[in-house]
Amino acid sequence: MAIRTAITRRITSSSSGSILFNSRSMSSWWGNVQPAPKDPILGVTEAFLADPSPDKVNVGVGAYRDDNGKPVVLDCVREAERRIAGNLNMEYLPMGGSNKMVEETLKLAYGENSDLIKDKRIAAIQALSGTGACRIFADFQKRFSPVSQIYIPVPTWSNHHNIWRDANVPQRTFHYYHPESKGLDFALLMDDVKNAPNGSFFLLHACAHNPTGVDPTVEQWKEISYQFKVKGHFAFFDMAYQGFASGDPERDAKSIRIFLEDGHLIGCSQSYAKNMGLYGQRVGCLSLVCEDEKQAVAVKSQLQQLARPMYSNPPVHGALIVSTILSDPDLKQLWLKEVKGMADRIIGMRTSLRENIEKLGSPLSWEHITNQIGMFCYSGMTPEQVDRLTKEFHIYMTRNGRISMAGVTSGNVEYLAKAIHEVTKAA
Amino acid sequence: MLSTEKSHSKREAIGFVKKVGSGGDQSGGAGSVGIGFLSTKSLNQGSDTKEYTLHHHFALDCVAIPKITISVMASISLPSICPSAALSFQDKCKEKTKSRSSSKSVFSVKTKSHGQITMAVAVNTSRFDNITMAPPDPILGVSEAFKADTSEMKLNLGVGAYRTEELQPYVLKVVKKAENLMLERGENKEYLPIEGLAAFNKATAELLFGADNPVLHQQRVATIQGLSGTGSLRVAAALIERYFPGAKVLISSPTWGNHKNIFNDARVPWSEYRYYDPKTVGLDFDGMVADIKAAPEGSFVLLHGCAHNPTGIDPTPEQWEKIADVIQEKNHIPFFDVAYQGFASGSLDEDASSVRMFAARGMELLVAQSYSKNLGLYAERIGAINVLCSSADAAVRVKSQLKRIARPMYSNPPVHGARIVANVVGNPDFFNEWKEEMEMMAGRIKSVRQKLYNNLSAKDKSGKDWSFVLKQIGMFSFTGLNKTQSDNMTDKWHVYMTKDGRISLAGLSSAKCEYLADAIIDSYHNVS
Repeated sequence: MAIRTAITRRITSSSSGSILFNSRSMSSWWGNVQPAPKDPILGVTEAFLADPSPDKVNVGVGAYRDDNGKPVVLDCVREAERRIAGNLNMEYLPMGGSNKMVEETLKLAYGENSDLIKDKRIAAIQALSGTGACRIFADFQKRFSPVSQIYIPVPTWSNHHNIWRDANVPQRTFHYYHPESKGLDFALLMDDVKNAPNGSFFLLHACAHNPTGVDPTVEQWKEISYQFKVKGHFAFFDMAYQGFASGDPERDAKSIRIFLEDGHLIGCSQSYAKNMGLYGQRVGCLSLVCEDEKQAVAVKSQLQQLARPMYSNPPVHGALIVSTILSDPDLKQLWLKEVKGMADRIIGMRTSLRENIEKLGSPLSWEHITNQIGMFCYSGMTPEQVDRLTKEFHIYMTRNGRISMAGVTSGNVEYLAKAIHEVTKAA
Repeated sequence: MLSTEKSHSKREAIGFVKKVGSGGDQSGGAGSVGIGFLSTKSLNQGSDTKEYTLHHHFALDCVAIPKITISVMASISLPSICPSAALSFQDKCKEKTKSRSSSKSVFSVKTKSHGQITMAVAVNTSRFDNITMAPPDPILGVSEAFKADTSEMKLNLGVGAYRTEELQPYVLKVVKKAENLMLERGENKEYLPIEGLAAFNKATAELLFGADNPVLHQQRVATIQGLSGTGSLRVAAALIERYFPGAKVLISSPTWGNHKNIFNDARVPWSEYRYYDPKTVGLDFDGMVADIKAAPEGSFVLLHGCAHNPTGIDPTPEQWEKIADVIQEKNHIPFFDVAYQGFASGSLDEDASSVRMFAARGMELLVAQSYSKNLGLYAERIGAINVLCSSADAAVRVKSQLKRIARPMYSNPPVHGARIVANVVGNPDFFNEWKEEMEMMAGRIKSVRQKLYNNLSAKDKSGKDWSFVLKQIGMFSFTGLNKTQSDNMTDKWHVYMTKDGRISLAGLSSAKCEYLADAIIDSYHNVS
């Protein structure tokens, strides 16, 4: 095979270490390794950092910034860190992670008084933020439903495709975004749900859809849930923005609660990257609702079995921060207040950006900026327009036209509006 | 008539079949519901399909009973499915099922579409009903069993986590200092790049190869931060699978239990090379060399850089040279797992000498590193994967592909542990302090080895040679006890260890050496 030719090209060495480095420099095992394409999202930040322009604006990656454009560490997080400093134990967490953290996390998704939690019907493990939770689920799906596929909305966070691909689960898509209205293509979405074979696996964004910011209404969620029941589909919720969409975590979990009320046995990925600002700590949770406690125990053991050969057990620091905050009523209140503050600032920036563009007399409609929800705005700009924004105005965003509203500040909103108007006015 | 799949033939298929009329149904669209209740009474044994009699049919509309395949049993919430008939029906169901089920009053079946089925069936069933309990992890499961043991005599020699003489976990002083510094600085928690913290990557490569190693100056090493040793091995395994499809990894017999899981889950084939010689309780060097030689050209050879896990048996420098010879001869690629740098001899540089020797020969190689043990950062999951290439260009390309593997696994690695390492290694005072603490930890282990050996030699009158305890190195000792004997250690003596006979000396205190010696002698001589 191909490898063998590569090997035969290799210079065979003579024994014992007198080989000069130079004689080896021509051949390598890695000759056929091509440079990987830059990650479309994280590559934007790399490019931004490299730009020397003083006007540069980063509305690429979805990391929250305050009104001065600075990263934020929440007060509740700083306090939690003070409390856990000098923690005398860095011992391995169990494979399933911190039980305390997982318990608190399930309450957020499933409800403080959820029967499912009381009845211990949820198999859950601490995961490496949302990515890790999705990946373990994808691997789990592959292992235990080997012939299944995953239906992914169009568009979605680009890494979703990578995750299910690397897990070897074939992907299908379903309609989601309606470019003309810059809203939800509900009719085609429902068609796709109905036409998929019974018992299909669907990936749903629980709230604040990434990258479009377009969420179904409560009524629409109810219809989706009903149709899922009719078809016996499996719903996997990626909830990366609970609290960030409306400012109220309970409200942001509404889609999940609707499905639970309807009796669906869902799966859920949760992340604290955004809503607790713990991006780099990689804290999240993967949960699967099971029929009963016994099944939940079995499923959890299998999730652990997938985690063990990937990273053995998850990192402790972020988990400690989360459980410290959520198990202390005062700290939890502070957190809720701070999450609302972040969501409110973003909602304010949406209004401001829209007003500023409209003020410039744009012929286009920009109401989608305020209709959409969460960290992102799907502007509707084309890749070419985005390239112009970058080249001419040093504004960095992903080429699908997604603006991270978290990167918009009162200091740059006018400049951003001007630039957007400039590249779109002829459209 | 309803049929089931063979795989579930043993199941007691009691349940409710719910059908919902779809477009073609005469009773008109979604919303018409028929409920049936089946029992196993009329099971037709010995055929591929089982037949069930529909005993009761509560038809809410006139709907024909379709052919439905029952494959999985699960529970649903009936009211959610047939709200109009919910209450009375559920009462009826509860009566019927009371005698059969413990807590569940409603059942349902998942249905599969077989093409002939014209009616869609709506059930919220669990896909995962056939999932069995995974076996407890052979290593991490030991700690769980230990925790559950109420005996005062219990001793945990299972997982390789360092303990003080008081058998307490140990957070290095220098780590606390680094953390306090970080707390004061109030650093942010932004995402690291996919490849991790740059300062960490630089520090870790320098620690491994030596700061003035030409391979670093020539930028020939692709390094990315990984999730401790496991995560780094896994990313490397994925790289192998992707770029060397079909290539095998040779692993030592025995090796760390999780190595096989990692390569299995990464779909990389593996085979074993002889390593441990039970007769000498030492290295089967000739076997090792022969097996490496016999492997197909271009295999990957997984080597423990120092302090072999689980045996504690390392090749001598001369043997390392010979191993390098045969690897070069066969065009194999060395793949080092370095989880104990500093912990074996007490010297960070000395413990890296095997890797450095291979690098000095101009070989390309992979190295996975972990800071779990040597910096006590177990739960922070901090490590790295390094790929030493023959050119800087290759290193750049390889690094980009390592990132591409990491992104769909966890996006970017956790920051906290990386910052600690970078601060410790990057600060000369901290670094020296670390070296001292490292020597202290390794020193404690050497001294309990000595004490254990002394006790074994003194108490065992059989004349058995226990000197292998002294010859072995690092955190672990391979006692030579077999599974039954290891079980005896646990069952009779409450000594927790892995079933391959491995004990973690890091979990042994000076005070317990005598007790352990008694346990080992008893298990070795009185149990087979």
